This record gives sequence, structure tokens and C-alpha cells, in this order.
Amino acid sequence: MRGPSLFNRVSVGLGLAFLYAPIALLVVYSFNASRLVTVWGGFSTRWYAALLRDDQMLDAVWVTLRVGLISATVATILGTLAATALVRSGRFRGRALFSGMIYAPLVMPEVILGLSLLLLFVGLGLPRGFWTVTASHATVTLCYATVVIQARLASFDLSLEEAAQDLGCTPLSAFLQVTLPNIAPAIAAAWMLAFTLSLDDLVIASFTSGPGATTLPMRLYSQVRLGVNPEINAVSTLLIAVVALGVLAVAAIQRRRRAPN
Amino acid sequence: MRRAPRLPGWTVALPYLWLALFFALPMLLVAKLSLSHTVLAVPPYAPRLDLSHGLAGLGAFMRALSFETYARLAADRLYLDAYLSSLAFAGAATAILFLIAYPIAYGMSRFGTGARQVLLMAVILPFWTSFLIRIYAWIAILKPAGLLNQALGLLHIPPLNLLNTNTAVIIGLVYAYLPFMVLPLYAVLERQDESLIEASRDLGCTPSQAFWRVTFPLSLPGVMAGGLLCFIPMVGEFVIPDLLGGSNTLMLGRTIWTEFFANRDWPAASAVAIVLLATLAIPIALFQRQQAKALS
Repeated sequence: MRGPSLFNRVSVGLGLAFLYAPIALLVVYSFNASRLVTVWGGFSTRWYAALLRDDQMLDAVWVTLRVGLISATVATILGTLAATALVRSGRFRGRALFSGMIYAPLVMPEVILGLSLLLLFVGLGLPRGFWTVTASHATVTLCYATVVIQARLASFDLSLEEAAQDLGCTPLSAFLQVTLPNIAPAIAAAWMLAFTLSLDDLVIASFTSGPGATTLPMRLYSQVRLGVNPEINAVSTLLIAVVALGVLAVAAIQRRRRAPN
Repeated sequence: MRRAPRLPGWTVALPYLWLALFFALPMLLVAKLSLSHTVLAVPPYAPRLDLSHGLAGLGAFMRALSFETYARLAADRLYLDAYLSSLAFAGAATAILFLIAYPIAYGMSRFGTGARQVLLMAVILPFWTSFLIRIYAWIAILKPAGLLNQALGLLHIPPLNLLNTNTAVIIGLVYAYLPFMVLPLYAVLERQDESLIEASRDLGCTPSQAFWRVTFPLSLPGVMAGGLLCFIPMVGEFVIPDLLGGSNTLMLGRTIWTEFFANRDWPAASAVAIVLLATLAIPIALFQRQQAKALS
């Protein structure tokens, strides 16, 4: 195998620089003492302090976390069932429609998903708020969770489960004791993905949320529309730090699991 | 070989019913609403299905539906312009993404196993950080007194006015969707059998001939996957044109948002959504086929 050429190194380097430079600038300017975001006025953590006093922002963080925790959990449970059905059930009635409903939301523009869910809630006469956003997020992220788990389940060796049954397990306990621990990393990854997508969503939440359930992206969006503001940089930096730590922790766990083999 | 045990019915039924209720039914509601008309009421559309009169109610409801909203959209130049410019934005950004992402993905695939893992992680990581925040970061860079113009000033280059222009929208689209183009390309390039290149070299190909005749054609499924993965959501993109584009930047995602939130014209928003969906139906079907093939 040939190693990377100079051209390969330069293109990868420039690509990563393009991906990371805006994020790096945003983080650096969150420590800017000046109110003008793009003029450096010395190092300061005053915007982080201001954040702690911003009750509306803290409320939004709290709402977002609750929506994310509940919707990701629902999405992961339903996604595990859906992935099992797609991998194990062979041909069942309505399979084409089922897989269509799984894959379509992955690429469908969010505006359409948001609008359609809103019409459902209006049609059902449900007041919009916390639970409508949560159900909407669970629906969209369940599709991502299914794809992640399905990929892992497809490569799982079914004879292991059969062996467990030969040794006296019931089908259910064979699944729970043999298959489930094997696909657990994929389930954890699916939950993380669902949770992050929920934290991040602006469009679907804007359509399906109501008074009292303003999520963090909705709050940020209304601030961003008013212009650049160093407090937004501070929230963004915290969010980036949390997500980066989470992703790196998961990667480290997966690496350690793989290492002994 | 023994077959896997049959799954209990509810394992399929539960996600199936969930998606039927929260995905399929809402789509039908959008279609229905696009055939309704606006009224000053809560909710602001008519007719509403009234089943208290039994079948007569259903009949009256069906008769009141019409294509009037679509006729209204077709007659207004603004909607057609938004439609065409959405396709143009998404098409241009997809093409640029392909040109930028291919060398990156190809370069990544040339590194050793350990380095490849780290690079892969580095490309995926921005995808996990908030979309809104990554777009927000560009406002500070592109605005008139922003970081880009400060850098240009140091080099004695006259400032560029990029924020709230179509160029800024393209930059935002390319930036936000870059990982979605790099990853499928990388997936096919990384799997490629090195001995194929060696064989073509032994048969007298120059390195560039080997690339264009072997590597590139074999990577086309990745090009297709990346293209669809970027193009489809970009056509309906809302956040990027809204934050980086100008008031004259027309895109359908933004049209739906404005019709819905600002104009309270729900039938128009629904009709635009249906037109957008009809346009994307073929690319979405292609994408689904590819996903199903890749995962089974």
C-alpha cells in the first residue's frame, strides 16, 4: 500500500481546516471581553457569567435536555424493534411501506416533517407543548436509530442465538442474553445519535412546540436573528464541549472493548 | 439450517403503528390541507371534516376540497422562482461539494489504519455539533466588519460583502453538508482493492489513467450516495438561507416557513410542501433503494 502523497496530505489538511476553523473562531471569541463579537478586547469569562443569570436560557436548556432524554429513549426502543423486524422477519406484509417509512424521514426536508406533524397535532386537537415536541423528535430520530442498529444486527451471527436455544434458552431469553449484549454498542450509539439530533433540532421543534416549551435551539435562533451576540458564543462553546466530550468518551469505550480481542 | 424464531407480532406492530401515526398520517394531512382554503379562524383553514353528520359530512367535506391553492401558486411568479432557485442552489452546492470532498475522502483513504480512524473521527465530529451553531459561526466570519474582512484588510485586499448574499448561502450549504459527502465517498474508496490499481499499472496505465479508469468508476456508488444525501435535504433547507441569505434569497424551505408562520396561510404552505415532496420523490426512492441494498 502506498502512503499518502503530498497532495493527499494537503487536501485532507485543508478539508479539516475548513471544517474546524469556524468552530475554533466561535470558541475563541466566546472569551472576548468586548461586546463586539468580532473585535478582540482581551480575555474574559464575563459572557459565561451572564449566561448563568439568563433564566430564559437556562429554562430552554432544561426543556431541551428533558425532550432529548425522553425522545431518545423512546426512539431507541422503537428503533431496536424496527431494526429487528427489518433484519429478522424476512418478507412480511407491508414491509415495503415499513422500510419506506424508516428511510424517508432521513432525507426528507425538516420543514415538511415539522409542518406535517403540526397538522397532526392540530387535527387531533392536542395542545402543542412539551409532549408534542418529544413525540415528534422520537419519530424522526427513531429512523436514525433503526439504521444504526440494523447495520450491527445484520452482521450478527445468528447461529449464536440458535446455540443458546439448543442449550435450553427460550427464544426471548436467547435474544435478551445473547443478541442484545452483542448489539449493545450499536444501541448506545443509536441513543447518543438520537439525543444529539434532538438537542440540535430547530425546525421541527419550532413547528411542534408551544408556549412554555421553548427549546434551546429555538431560543438561540431568536437571538441569532437579532444579531451576533457574545452570549450565544458562550452557550455554543459549552454545547460543543459537552457533545465533543460525549463523542470522544463513546469512542474511547468502544476502543477499549475492542482491544482485548 | 434452522430458521430464526418467528418474532412476536408486536415487535413489528409497535414501530409500524408509531410511524403510521406520526409519519404517514401527517403526510396525508399535508396533502389534504393543500386542497383546502384559508379562512380567518383557528385553525385557519376550511373545510374541516365533520363526522357528526355521518357520511353526509364526509361527502360535504370532499366536495369542498379544490385545487385552488395550486392554481394560486402557479399564477404567482414568486413561487416558481423559489422552486427553480432551490434546485439551483442545491445542484450547485452538490457539485461544489463533490469537487471538494473527493480529494479529501481520497486523501483519507491513503493513510494507514490508525491515522484513518482518527481522520474519520475528525470528519464525523463536526456533524455532532449543532447545525445552528455552525451556521451562526459563519455570520461572524462573513459580516461586513467580520473576521474574513479583517483578515483581508491585513493583506490590503478590499473587503468583500458576502453576508446576506447567495454566495454566503452556497458557502453555508457546502460547509454544513461536507461530512455527508466525504463519508460515503470515503466508505467506497477505503474498501477498494489495491491490487486492482497494481494490475492496471502492470498493464501499462499511468497513475492518472489508473485513477480515471479504475478508482473513479468504482467509486461511483459513493458519489451517488453522497450526492443524494446532500441534494435532497438541501432543496428544502431553511436555516442556511434564512441566516446567511439576503431578503431576495428564495428557497422553498423558507417559503414554507414564511407562509406558515408569517402569513398564516397554511394551505399555501402545504401545497408548497407537496410540490417539494413530489419533486424529491424520485431522488428519495433512489436513496431508499440504495440504503436497503447497503444494509441487507
